[in-house]
Amino acid sequence: MPTPKLPSSEITPEGWYVNRRRFLAAAGIAGAGLVGSSQLGASLLQGQGQQGPQAIGTPYGLQPDDRPTPYADVTTYNNFYEFGTSKEDPARNAVNFVPRPWTVKVDGLCDNPGDFQLEDFLKPSAVEDRIYRMRCVEAWSMVIPWRGIPLKDVIDRARPRASARFVQFTTLNDPRRMPGQRFPVLDWPYVEGLRLDEARNPLSLLATGVYGRDLPNQNGAPLRLVTPWKYGFKGIKSIVRIRFTEAMPTSSWTKAAANEYGFFANVNPQVDHPRWSQATERRIGEFRRRPTLMFNGYSDQVQAMYSGLDLRRNY
Amino acid sequence: MTALGGIERQPRGFGVVLIAVAAAPALWLAWAIYSDFTMGTSYLGSDPIKEAEHSYGEMTLRMLVATLAITPLRRVTGWNWLAKHRRTLGLLAFAYGVLHLSVWMFLDVQLFISEYVGWDVVKTDLLKRPYITIGMAAVVLMVPLVVTSTQRMIKRLGKGWVKLHRLTYLIVILGLVHFFMAVKLDWREPLVYALVVAALLGWRMVDSRRRAVASA
Repeated sequence: MPTPKLPSSEITPEGWYVNRRRFLAAAGIAGAGLVGSSQLGASLLQGQGQQGPQAIGTPYGLQPDDRPTPYADVTTYNNFYEFGTSKEDPARNAVNFVPRPWTVKVDGLCDNPGDFQLEDFLKPSAVEDRIYRMRCVEAWSMVIPWRGIPLKDVIDRARPRASARFVQFTTLNDPRRMPGQRFPVLDWPYVEGLRLDEARNPLSLLATGVYGRDLPNQNGAPLRLVTPWKYGFKGIKSIVRIRFTEAMPTSSWTKAAANEYGFFANVNPQVDHPRWSQATERRIGEFRRRPTLMFNGYSDQVQAMYSGLDLRRNY
Repeated sequence: MTALGGIERQPRGFGVVLIAVAAAPALWLAWAIYSDFTMGTSYLGSDPIKEAEHSYGEMTLRMLVATLAITPLRRVTGWNWLAKHRRTLGLLAFAYGVLHLSVWMFLDVQLFISEYVGWDVVKTDLLKRPYITIGMAAVVLMVPLVVTSTQRMIKRLGKGWVKLHRLTYLIVILGLVHFFMAVKLDWREPLVYALVVAALLGWRMVDSRRRAVASA
């Protein structure tokens, strides 16, 4: 790929801190992005120099200087304790995980429960590619091109009853296939939940892939939740069960440390984690901190759901 | 000591090798972080700053453990020449502690580096986040030990020097508590360090009791 010419003014302020490989990748995006947006209205973004797949998808809530995080980082820097607690563990330990065949159980307060083969579960919905920002509670962030289906489709097909107020998600519990579960770091299986209106928000995605490819095991194959206005730990991975409930489910991290991880976990620069500030974040691949945005930059799409809610208490 | 014959005397070049081995990670990490951000390498993975920060912290603890290991090792092996290297290890522990603290403050939190981060952020961290307060205390407590590490100070302080340098025990415990509080839920790694420290401190307690009995 020819390196696009950039005015020196765009380069010098970045100084010594910009990773050159990533800087070149970003330069590639600048070139490819122009073509994509002018032709399709959706941008075609280069993820990682000349290696790695292309980031395809419709950008959602991206800031002008947001670039897709390289595929290599998206797939080797993971929090997925089922495969180990270090960031590099999941990519190493999930190599032999086979996420097929896969059954998703839909149950609880709904009129169309059942055990669905993954293929049947996904088939009725059109798969979409969407590029989202991702903010981890640990104050780092990425920009990830997801592939998946709107969670709302799944919710609607299940026909939740009027009494259903929450959706609870559960990860596979199988210590033989998920070696991290052999040690009780968390109370397995991992459980997460959303309020029903949050689950129905158009941003909520059930992801089946990244970068236009099937979801790598370490990213939560074959099915994971993506809620880009919430901290990353809400994005429960390798989902086997979706249950409608009347009572608020207790998330695994809330169970482990309720003072640090609340049910809502909305990205909020004003409310610190007890052990660090959430006001800024470091984008993987960048040196300088960025300010963290309210709802991770998705206020327009989500803030109406929280009107009247004290976000300091409901963190 | 015939079983361990041959090393009652210090092997040639031991001091230099020790310094090289113990200091190499400091230089390597500094180089790797610079290279990862300027030359497109990926020595330290996706988040080089965190990786370097954690590595410097762990090296601090390792050096402290090494200083604590000298005396028991001397007793068990009879290699009394080890004694003079304890200062080297202690000074390196301090150096790693300062590097750990510096990476945290300037590269991770980015005081003075980021336009969004001022003293208030660091002040909140130091005063309101106990694991940081404790880690900071451990580094600060090393300062008097560094200052009194010269031959002249050892002579001048006499018995007081020995007492003062028992602060090492407190420092290493603070370091361990900091480590336990810094990990999210997986306390297996800090536990390994804690067990080693417990063994080394436990040996001292048993040893001092034994000697008290022997001299009675």
